[in-house]
Amino acid sequence: MHSAIARSQFPPSAYADAAKAFIHDLAQECKAQPELHYWLQPDTRQLPTAFPTLWIGIAHLLPFLRWLKSGISRPFPMLYDLSAIDERRRQHRGEREAQQPESDFTLVYQLLSFERDLFIVVKVALSEAHLSAPSATPVWRCANWYEREVWDLFGINFIGHPHLTRIMMPLTWQGHPLRKEHHARATEVDPFTLSAHKQQEEQEALRFRPEEWGMSRAGDASEFMFLNLGPNHPSVHGVFRVALQLDGERIVDAVPDIGYHHRGAEKMAERQAWHTYLPYTDRVDYLGGVLNNLPYVLALEQLAGIQVPERAQVIRVMLCELFRISSHLVFYGTFAQDVGQMSPVFYMFEDREKLFGIIEAITGGRMHPAWFRIGGVAQDLPDGWEKLVRNFVDYLPARLREYDGMVLKNRILQQRTRGIGAYDTRDAMEWGVTGPALRATGLEWDLRKRRPYSGYDQFEFDIPTFDGGDSFDRCRVRVEEIRQSLRIIRQCLDNMPAGHYKSDHPLTTPPRKPRTMEDIETLIQHFLNNSWGPVMPTGETCAPIEASKGLNSYQMISDGGTSAYRNRIRTPSFPHLQMIPQLCGGLFVSDLIAIIASIDFVMADVDR
Amino acid sequence: MPATTGEAVHLVLNIFGILLAAVVAAALLTWVERRLLGFWQDRPGPNRVGPFGLLQVVADMLKLFFKEDFLPRFADIPVFVLAPVIVMAAMLLGFAVIPFAPHIGVIDLNIGLLFFFAMSAMAVYSVVLGAYASNNKYALLGGLRAAAQTVSYEVFMGLSLMGVVMLAGSFDLRTIVLAQRDGWFILPQFLGFAIFLIAGIAESHRLPFDLPEAEHELTAGFHTEYSGMKFGMFFVGEYLSILLISSLITTLFLGGWLGPWLPPLVWFLLKMSLLVALFILLRGALPRPRYDQLMSFGWKWMLPLALLNLLVTGGLLLWRG
Repeated sequence: MHSAIARSQFPPSAYADAAKAFIHDLAQECKAQPELHYWLQPDTRQLPTAFPTLWIGIAHLLPFLRWLKSGISRPFPMLYDLSAIDERRRQHRGEREAQQPESDFTLVYQLLSFERDLFIVVKVALSEAHLSAPSATPVWRCANWYEREVWDLFGINFIGHPHLTRIMMPLTWQGHPLRKEHHARATEVDPFTLSAHKQQEEQEALRFRPEEWGMSRAGDASEFMFLNLGPNHPSVHGVFRVALQLDGERIVDAVPDIGYHHRGAEKMAERQAWHTYLPYTDRVDYLGGVLNNLPYVLALEQLAGIQVPERAQVIRVMLCELFRISSHLVFYGTFAQDVGQMSPVFYMFEDREKLFGIIEAITGGRMHPAWFRIGGVAQDLPDGWEKLVRNFVDYLPARLREYDGMVLKNRILQQRTRGIGAYDTRDAMEWGVTGPALRATGLEWDLRKRRPYSGYDQFEFDIPTFDGGDSFDRCRVRVEEIRQSLRIIRQCLDNMPAGHYKSDHPLTTPPRKPRTMEDIETLIQHFLNNSWGPVMPTGETCAPIEASKGLNSYQMISDGGTSAYRNRIRTPSFPHLQMIPQLCGGLFVSDLIAIIASIDFVMADVDR
Repeated sequence: MPATTGEAVHLVLNIFGILLAAVVAAALLTWVERRLLGFWQDRPGPNRVGPFGLLQVVADMLKLFFKEDFLPRFADIPVFVLAPVIVMAAMLLGFAVIPFAPHIGVIDLNIGLLFFFAMSAMAVYSVVLGAYASNNKYALLGGLRAAAQTVSYEVFMGLSLMGVVMLAGSFDLRTIVLAQRDGWFILPQFLGFAIFLIAGIAESHRLPFDLPEAEHELTAGFHTEYSGMKFGMFFVGEYLSILLISSLITTLFLGGWLGPWLPPLVWFLLKMSLLVALFILLRGALPRPRYDQLMSFGWKWMLPLALLNLLVTGGLLLWRG
């Protein structure tokens, strides 16, 4: 039997044209802006989903971002992500002409253009001696939380930021955790002790002072009431806190407070092997299951040049859509529940239970199967999977029709959610809103269509949109998406290709077992990948996907080790939550609950 | 004053019988509601303790009794303790005027209906005082909502029944039942029935009118700070009010104990149970409107409709002479 090891392949990306067109436009149109000296970092290995990377001097950062946002033709209206890299211990920073500028810390701005269907990266080099940059909040309002996060975790100062305080870590935390010198585990430092004095200090730090939250105690005619909603509250879906400034029951101001669910998933990635980090991804959006695995493995496969067999791709798509349905069902039920409707959530959880039955039969797990692997999936589909899936696909549409009558057509529910928490497409882009929440504003933009990954271009499905942009439409979009997901699953069912469920590439982890019996080469691969873990080639990689709540991606840097040098997790819930104050001003507390319910977030997805 | 010893015994039996039956029924209703909701929501509900889970009530009671009787330091203690008592007392007193069957009932007041209104209006003090005494912001919001809701809904609650009073020519509930020998008032007074039903649900703070509690918004609303048996009293008070409103609707619109073949008391309990089930079904089916929507619904729809009902009923009676 032939058992040659597959070689890395980097086929030209279908979206390289979009990148080329952008690079061309940039070169042409930037001539009119001679002061903007950007440097386009060449891509030495021609990664399949070309992510053009531009470096800009700190002095020109804001003008450049502003120009990209609105100056260039077919602009980049969305700040997709903002993060940083501690470069001080990085060995490989690109070779020869691709070598990146000297930098101790690098700021990374990821922008998204809906007209070009293109993501680009803008980077700024910072030296340790002078760790500050101008705040991008005047350009994008959603930069606010991102910059606070970077300050909190890296200690990079943003000049002109309105409220640069810790967002993830406790207010009294010492140090900045994502810096390389900061410990990753409690065992690396002295045992924790809480003296009476320290407890006093911690308690004092928690005292609520409205002024520190940017709220005033009294208005023209009345004194305001401050209501602390959360972190433990039945309707905040986890540990999420909103400080409310109330005039009667009317909301004057609302300030969200996050970080209660922060587990340092990004820091953990720096000491987990590439393979052993997979279960952590499951727990980022804990309702999304394997939808979290996908962007992670896709990015690594892209970096390693692994070609995933067709069968594995279709299996992945099917599992992802099953989980999208599961996640949307939870949303649907809790949405109705938060508006005061008690029963739907029980019916929908029952459907979800049926779904978990299928997922359990296929993966052995339920909510966190951690079932995708670098190079494929963990196992082949079990015997009889078709019957299980087909039963479910036949069963759900009738239930969905019933729910339409029960929930969507309910007049009280409509009155509670129509026109509540509405925003338009422009606002959505400004605030980094993606996924169903963006499509509820009428923009027909779904990454699965616009930048298909994992073979989504082979499937027939529609992108549901509604124009209202309010809580009700956000619900309707998701309900329609359940129907579209069923369509996709049916196609998987009818057209499941034969073949392997895993690639034969040496970095596939773990490699297919039978091959280890063939010759010494594959045996060694198996041994190394299972003991040390695979060693990924150096470089940077990122593969956004359309997760159930919006765009999700892992921006990873490999420095040639067995674990990530930096793993940045961009989650959709983070920017969505940031928008809450914009949506609820002047409304009632009950409206805020309806808005929160319509956002569909998971706190683990916000805080990571 | 009872004339004979026999009458005195009869009265005492009536008083304690009804008192006990009401409290036991209210406690059992917690189980009934959970089982019924479970049935409608495709899940079992409490079915482990005793046959069909019937002893769940006992288990819950034991738990509530043995829980720490917690008094928040920041609360206004006397009011805090008194508040849950009021609701239970008011609701139990309300049962005094209900004629369950020809010889069952505590007292036949000629202002029976007005007495009921008085008692049901008392119950809101319980919520408002409890909320105020808790010194908790969620409770305060719940209390405010309860006050506004009760004030608004009590107005047309009274008006909606005036049609029945006109038809029967009395405030005495026993007379009203007897006046329905030829036909239940639900037919000529359907509008009055519908309005009273809605007001009754609002009065007992049940979904979709459970805004004072609204656990998704105000955690537990007015009883956020309550635990143990004090919470239990609020809880039982709510179920008592369901029973009371159902009994009253039975009396006023469904002919009370009247009905063929079966004994009168069975008829009464049957009609009442159906209404209780309706209350529970509504909770299982409907979402909760917003506070201002509830208010405007009350003032803009229910009140004019109640007035219209009154006008038409009065006009018809006058026309018929």
